[in-house]
Parts: sequence; structure tokens; C-alpha cells
Amino acid sequence: MPSILVVDDEKVVQESLRRWFGDYGYEVEVATDGKEALARLVERSFDIMLADIRMPGMDGLELLDRVKEGAPTTVVIIMTGYATVDYAVRALKRGAWDFVKKPFDPDDLSRLVEKALEHRGLVAENIQLKQSLAEVSDFGDIVGESSGIKKTLELVRTVASTDSTVLILGESGTGKELIARAVHAASPRRYMPIVPVSCGALPDSLMESELFGHEKGAFTGAQYRRKGKLELADGGTLFLDEIGEISKKTQVDLLRVLEDHTFTRLGGQQSIHTDFRVIAATHRNLEEMVREGTFRQDLFYRLNVVTIPVPPLREREGDVPLLAMHFLRCLSNQMSRRFEEIEPEAMRRLCAHQWPGNVRELENALERALVVGVPPVILAKDLPLTAPGSAGVAPPPGATSLASMEKLHIQRVLDEHGGNVSRAARELEIDRVTLYNKIKKYDLKRG
Amino acid sequence: MPRLLLSPLSALDRGLIPAVAEGIEAVLPLTVELATLPVDPEEVWDEERGQYHSTPLLDLLVKTAGPGEGDRILGVTEGDLFIPILTFVFGEAQVGGPGAVFSLARLRPTFYGLPPDPSLLIERAVKEALHEVGHTFGLVHCRNPDCAMRASTNAGEVDLKRATLCSECARLVG
Ligand SMILES: [Zn+2]
Ligand SMILES: [Zn+2]
Repeated sequence: MPSILVVDDEKVVQESLRRWFGDYGYEVEVATDGKEALARLVERSFDIMLADIRMPGMDGLELLDRVKEGAPTTVVIIMTGYATVDYAVRALKRGAWDFVKKPFDPDDLSRLVEKALEHRGLVAENIQLKQSLAEVSDFGDIVGESSGIKKTLELVRTVASTDSTVLILGESGTGKELIARAVHAASPRRYMPIVPVSCGALPDSLMESELFGHEKGAFTGAQYRRKGKLELADGGTLFLDEIGEISKKTQVDLLRVLEDHTFTRLGGQQSIHTDFRVIAATHRNLEEMVREGTFRQDLFYRLNVVTIPVPPLREREGDVPLLAMHFLRCLSNQMSRRFEEIEPEAMRRLCAHQWPGNVRELENALERALVVGVPPVILAKDLPLTAPGSAGVAPPPGATSLASMEKLHIQRVLDEHGGNVSRAARELEIDRVTLYNKIKKYDLKRG
Repeated sequence: MPRLLLSPLSALDRGLIPAVAEGIEAVLPLTVELATLPVDPEEVWDEERGQYHSTPLLDLLVKTAGPGEGDRILGVTEGDLFIPILTFVFGEAQVGGPGAVFSLARLRPTFYGLPPDPSLLIERAVKEALHEVGHTFGLVHCRNPDCAMRASTNAGEVDLKRATLCSECARLVG
């Protein structure tokens, strides 16, 4: 008779599955957490282990690792809620056989278990083959050989194993979020979520409920209780992107919560404690903002524990061709355009460009080239690059009307953000629709 | 002979009750009695899921009926049933216990956007009734493709099996 071990911290899930599999006549045992599951596996073997990915204490991924080590013939299926599919994908790479999303379609579940049992036979015969599939590179998304980026990655590796607050500094478009994700991915919190918060994106009133969540009825329109980012980041990492953009009020709110990790939901009474690591990032000079009085000194000190500078692309010698080829491959795949090469003249221009919008600008430039170019080779004329330095800095003589100043200013901000409309709109403090209209009106270039 | 208390939880389609009663008496060692129990499925309505939770419904049925030794109770409902981890169930039963319940919601061709088909609905209902009540005899899912105890997780699979038990399952029922 097939045997199944169900690991889930929810009693109701345990019981549902016990009954469901019981109807099939399977031997079912349940465990509430990873520790208990391992104890069961010491007592006897199971054909299948069905484990929830998020459990208090040892999570499903750690349990998976231990089971792969200690009971490699057990077929592991990971169960996930809708919010943790990312982690489930990671579980597959680490040797889980498959995953199912809660709640399960009965059809899917019965087929999955059938196939798992078939597979169980094969696994028992050949354990070794499987394990070699699980390798993933640590920093796969960060491409570069320059000494600058290598130094950055060295720092990532060093701070990842600590639980220190990290401040990532770099110009717009340098890939600060990728660095934050790399720190998280190499940290002991890697099996828990990294929750990004775009600090400049929301007005104060929304920011509060974004961070702290709210109870039902906390304000007009709060029809349901909602968890905030601070709660969602429990056990994982809170990534405060563009921390330099937050308002004075949010600075105070954040300072308070960073001190003891305790807060209440809007409209709530109960104080909530969560455990998260903080990674913040900004393209601004926070020290200068502290001197000007626009950024609180106490908050700055709390954030500025370990800093990771991310070099601008123009200082990353030799990385442009590597990145260009990397984006060419990724984008060709994504866009189903069969590009394979960049002609030498085009590459020369890419290398000569100053890239004020950094890696993001380079990616946007290639994306455009892939759209207008003809496969398989990117030509110089496909690139949206004009002669270096011509992307308006000083206003040309005579351009003093309000409209022409506006046009120049918008173009400059767009360029600074590598053509990213959302970010440019945020900096210009107008909404995206307005910005799109202005881009159209002035016939501006993006990227 | 032990009884099966057949308990419709709402008004059911014409002809359905007699067909289920006959189908069960033809296959299982039970005498079917119609029982109208004061069980309100709304008590197990789950607002978030928009479905009825079958496990407490079973408990409710058994508690209300208070079946005697060897008696079974079978609830038939219009409401779509679920257990928390699954998107739906056709029915649920207490393996070796007295309670069983099944839903007509997903047996109706109209659920899948097809025209109504009263005789197909009745055929499916008889199979599901047999299946769930079979569980109360301690039967588990059977691999025989014709047997009513074969697991079916979609309506097409219900249609593939027959309203009878294979010889192996029949032997276990005794
Ligand atoms: Zn069954
Ligand atoms: Zn059978």
C-alpha cells in the first residue's frame, strides 16, 4: 500500500488530506512541522512526502534538503499558497519532484500522486542522476567581470551571512534591486520572502497602509483586513527601494518600527512583532540630505550600517559587451526574436556611450534595437544612440520659453532614468498619463 | 437488514430519489428509507469559498439522524461541496462510519455549460451515492475501471464507471 507523509502546520489541512488519501486506502501520517516530519522519517520510510512550503520553524525547503539527504527515495511534493510560487520554483531546482498550489484541484492532486508513485519506482533505482539537476548559480542575474562589480559582489557575499542592515548606493539604473536580491538569496533568510517597497511611489496616506496593513473598516474603502509589507516580510527581508524619496512622516514611522520591529495595523489595537532584515537602496546622497535637513539623521544612522556601493556602468570597464550579449540573449528569448550577434560598429558605439541611465538604459537600448532590427544581427543603426553627449544638458540659446524649458527638463529626467516612464514621472511629481501626454506633445525620446 | 437513511437536503429533481434508492438496494445490503432531517446546509456555508464544507455537514447529518447499529445516513445536496485543501469534492464519507454525503452541483451537465440532461444526472447521482455509501462499508478506491469505487475527480470519470461494484469490492461488502 502506498504511504504518504503530510507535513503542514494547519490541522485542517492535515485532516483533509488524511481523509482524502484514506479514501484511496493509502497509509497516511501527518506531521505539524519539519522536526516532527524528520522524526517520522526516522521511524519508517514513506513513498511520498507532501510538505507545505511555509511552516514555522523549519520551512518546507529546508525540510526538503534534509529529506533529500536522509531519505532520498522519498518523492517530495511541495504545497504552496498563491503567494509563494517563487519559492516553489526554487524548491524544484533543489530537488522537489513537483509542487501543487493550494487549494488543489482534486483531479490534479490525484494525477500528481499517481505519477509520483510511478516515479517513486524509478527514483529508488537511480538516486544519483536526480541530484545533479539541482545546481543554480548564486548571482546568475548579475553579469560583469570588471573589478568594480566584482568588489560589489564580494561585499554581497560578506554581508549576506550576517543579519546587518544594508544600504545599497548607486545611480539610477545600476541594478540596486538585483544586488538586494542577491544579498537576500545568499543569506540564511533565503527561503523566506524578500518584500520590496517602492518608497517614492505612494502618497503618505497609502504608504502607511502599505507598510503596516490595515484592519477591516480602518478607513473608507478598507473592506478587508490586509497585511502590510512589514508583516509579509516576516522571517525574510524588507527591501526599501528609493529610501531617499520618503516623506518626513514616513521617516518617523519607519524609524519607530526599525527600532523594535513592532507596530499595529491601521485601525487595529493588537501590536504585531515581525522579524525581518532591512535592505535599503537609494540613488541620492543621504548624508547631504541629512545636512540639508530633508532626511532624519537618526534614520540615516540606523540604515547606514553596512553600505554596498554599486558602480555606474561607465566605470565598469569591459562590462558593456558582456551585459549587451547577456541582454541580447535574454530579450531574444523573451521576445521570440532570433538575434545572435551585435555587429562590431554597434558594439563600438555601445562601448563609447556614457550610459547616464546605466544598466537599465543599456537594456532599454537593446530592447529597442531588437524591435526595430532585423535578425540575426543588431546593427549600429538599430541602436537609439545619438552622438555621445548630445542628449540635451544645457538649454540651447534662445530656449527660454516655459514650454521649451519643460521639454528639456523632462527629456533630461527621462534620460536619467533610462527612459523609464514610471520612475521619471515620480521624480517629476506628475502621474504617468500626464508624462506620456507630454512625451507625445514634445515628441521626446525614451531611452 | 440495516437501513440507509436517504436524506435530501433540499427539493430534488423528479425521479432522482427513487433511482438512487433502487441503485443502492440493488448493490448493497441495505434497506433505503427516506428521511427528512432538519439539517440546514447553510450552517456549513463558507463565505470566503462560496461553497459548503462537507466534513462538518457529515457530522451534522450523523448527529441529527442518530443512526442505530449498522444504519447509514446519506445526505444529498444541491450545494457545491469542498474540503479546505481541495477546490471541490463530489462527496465525502466516513470510511467505516455511518455518514456519507454527495452533491449534485457538479454532476449536472449545466455546470459545464451543457444543456440539461435529467437521465444523465440521475445516472451520475446513483454512481456517486454508491461510491460514498461504499466507503461507509470500509471500501477504499478500487482500480477496476468499471467499479463504482473507482476514484473519480471529474464528471467524465464518473461517466466511465458503472453503477455497480466489481467482484472484489462486492466480496468485501459481504
Ligand atoms: Zn471515494
Ligand atoms: Zn471495486
